[in-house]
Amino acid sequence: MPARHLELRHLVEHDCGSCHGMTLAGGLGPPLTPSALEGKPLEYIEAMILRGRPGSAMPAWDAMLSEDDARWIARYLKAGTRK
Amino acid sequence: MNGTARHRILRGCRALALAASMLGAPALACTDAPRGTGDLGLIVERAAGRLQLVETTGLTALGAIDGLGDLSHASLVYSRDARYAFVFGRDGGLTKVDLLCRRIEARVLQAGNSIGGAISQDGRLVAVANYAPGGVKVFSSDTLELLADIPAEYEPGKRAKVVGLEDATDGRFVFSLFEAGEIWVADVREPRAPRITRLRNIGAQPYDALVTPDGRWYIAGLFGEDGLALLDLWEPEKGVRRILDGYGRGQEPLPVYKMPHLEGWAIAGRHAWLPAIGRHEVLVVDADTWQEVARIPVAGQPVFVMARPDGRQVWVNFALPHNDVVQVIDTHTRALVETLHPGKAVLHLEFTPRGEAVWISARDDDKVVVYDTATLAPRATLPADKPSGIFFTSRAGRIGL
Ligand code: HEC
Repeated sequence: MPARHLELRHLVEHDCGSCHGMTLAGGLGPPLTPSALEGKPLEYIEAMILRGRPGSAMPAWDAMLSEDDARWIARYLKAGTRK
Repeated sequence: MNGTARHRILRGCRALALAASMLGAPALACTDAPRGTGDLGLIVERAAGRLQLVETTGLTALGAIDGLGDLSHASLVYSRDARYAFVFGRDGGLTKVDLLCRRIEARVLQAGNSIGGAISQDGRLVAVANYAPGGVKVFSSDTLELLADIPAEYEPGKRAKVVGLEDATDGRFVFSLFEAGEIWVADVREPRAPRITRLRNIGAQPYDALVTPDGRWYIAGLFGEDGLALLDLWEPEKGVRRILDGYGRGQEPLPVYKMPHLEGWAIAGRHAWLPAIGRHEVLVVDADTWQEVARIPVAGQPVFVMARPDGRQVWVNFALPHNDVVQVIDTHTRALVETLHPGKAVLHLEFTPRGEAVWISARDDDKVVVYDTATLAPRATLPADKPSGIFFTSRAGRIGL
């Protein structure tokens, strides 16, 4: 796995995990497991990551993540490659 | 200790172990020699699902306790005798751990998703705050038997995530409902029949709370608006007051990558030091009038703002991307005196009981660094597997911790 993807995987687990749960089963934010994201398009997830949802606790990550990063994370979440 | 006294204590322990074995209980595989727990602490190693037992006198690790499940962002409280820890896992696990015997006493999976808990003033009850299903459960601290289940149902069929669960005086627990914008006070003197007082419209999205060290004030931070909700636990019937209303109005708040933790809010002298949400600032508030008196610009968005026990210093760590630094503020001059780099992903700090040292966890460097708070120099480094929270037993005697 390329180094950037390892970093992103780490970010998802820990930094998204601080709100969505380290296993992404949910916390302050909703679960981000494949079944929870079923039916939600990749573009929706990417946009959510980059722009957040104003008025909620979901922050915009565009200051820290590129569009490529967001696309990779969206796929990664949908695929549920983690246990 | 003279020989006879030592002998007597040892004999006492042996007698205890013997009595236990006669009762059919497993022989105590406890410490080799009698010891107190006043200088002990636990470090959460989240990836390994393990706790490390440490002591702050010689700065060493004494052993590990395994098998605690998912410990990401786990927190814990101590029994009043500071022998047992009650560990709240995100996976809804509640585990009672014996520090002296280094083993799990009892464990229950009590919800799907939980956030933290508290122990009652008299030490008899442990309460857990749950996200899913939203509510509070109250257990016997002795057996972990479930005594009360308080669903955070704020409208028919709607349950809120519970945050900021704190112990308070006179047999009460206090907590906040994220989606509902309410604070509930639960009188648990009759544990199986808690009496709830609901305070409504306290502000949008309370995300965490604290009880001041004197036990009088419950303060909830609001995510949905600038400002904090203040409840006087001496006169709860007077309702909730808004403080620091609009402390950041007119500025575009920064994205909040990590919720600040309010349990560590520092009360130093007559001032409370609080993390500003969405800003690179620590707020200083007069704890008599609850008016803002100053703002200290800092390196990033504060997560923990912790006062040394004597209140002379405040230590601050930060959210991403500034989570590799810790800053020290002199509360006397309100000047930033040092910027330290303990390691990557600093998650937590904990002062020793009298504050001569502070232990700092650096998750991504797999270590805990101990600093001398007088010289601000590192004194020791302990290896730890992805450490997050550090908790010393001195919390046992304090309200709101
Ligand atoms: C500070 C807390 C917080 C952090 C950190 C956070 N989120 Fe969120 N997230 C939320 C909340 C709260 C929501 C629900 C927003 C709403 O709809 O009200 C959410 C919603 C989402 C959604 C939409 C889910 C759905 O079912 O519609 C996605 C996708 C998401 N987050 C991904 C991420 C990713 C990826 C990260 C890390 C890069 C992350 N979040 C970090 C709080 C957070």
